[in-house]
Amino acid sequence: MINSKYFFQGFSCIKRMDSPAIALGCCFIAIGALLKNLGFSIQESIFSTLLTYALPGSLVMAESLLVGASLVNIFLAVWLVNARLYPMTVSLMPLLMHESQPRWKYYLSCHFIAVSAWLIMKSNYQTVEKENRIDFWIGIGTATWSFAIIGTIIGFIASDYLNKDMMIGLAIVNPVYFACMMVGEMKTIQVTLSVILGAILGPLFFFITPEWSILFGGFTAGTVAFFVGELNDK
Amino acid sequence: MTSSIVIVILVTSFATYLSRFLGVVSSEKIKETSKWFRWFNCLAYSTLAALITRTIIFPVGVLDEVSYLVKFIVVILSLIIFFLSKRNLVYPTVLSAILLGLCNSYYG
Repeated sequence: MINSKYFFQGFSCIKRMDSPAIALGCCFIAIGALLKNLGFSIQESIFSTLLTYALPGSLVMAESLLVGASLVNIFLAVWLVNARLYPMTVSLMPLLMHESQPRWKYYLSCHFIAVSAWLIMKSNYQTVEKENRIDFWIGIGTATWSFAIIGTIIGFIASDYLNKDMMIGLAIVNPVYFACMMVGEMKTIQVTLSVILGAILGPLFFFITPEWSILFGGFTAGTVAFFVGELNDK
Repeated sequence: MTSSIVIVILVTSFATYLSRFLGVVSSEKIKETSKWFRWFNCLAYSTLAALITRTIIFPVGVLDEVSYLVKFIVVILSLIIFFLSKRNLVYPTVLSAILLGLCNSYYG
């Protein structure tokens, strides 16, 4: 079913120096505390991280609950904010697909696609032969997912002891970690331009359409970067 | 568990899984050497960059109470630490929380 050698090789990525464990743990501690303040029980908080496992989506859900949004509104808001997972999946799965592997592995393990696991896999996929990459990916995903759940539990339990300054400190860790990881990935013209233009256009589009700014900014930046990179290669 | 909260969690997880599921369906027809793949790779990096900068500049939650100057100083210092520490991710992430606390109490 799953090759344990590659699974544990992927799972052990969480222990390395470039591991997202600290950043991931910090932000899910914040989520755990937030969910408790919203009136979630510990089971509901765990259930939420277990099934959603996407930080912006969880934040939008929490926000929507606060303002008493309808289920349709919650669905649309979460789908919109997590639509970035579509290009992330399309830019990862072809690297993992192999005819010898069953399809269910891809449809189940796509649940692990989140920024941290995605960036680790993108940095390490070449170290594993294609046939075994899906098991390696399931290992990475299981490790980051478990860490997120543990973070949620700690946050829920520790919420009474976390003051505002501590919550602010926890909130910056995640964007800084991802910013450093993205800058570290800037090795080709296309990726470098995608990151720089996305970082500029995302906030700029916020002034035009806050809800769509990430998608519109990302789409425009990525498309421009793609064409510039293609022209440069010719 | 309260039924309404469980339903909200289920709706949230379905909305999240949908993009991932459709991504796998599309991936079946895309080769890693194709232009489509390279384009989606650019889109993935750019939307992530857009999301990260939006989280820092227009955050939802407690970060909203921190001034732009403080956030800017912390992010720039963290990136400098990242390069000085030979691209080690632990130092900038841990120090960012401490730096934010210090800068926020000084400038905030």
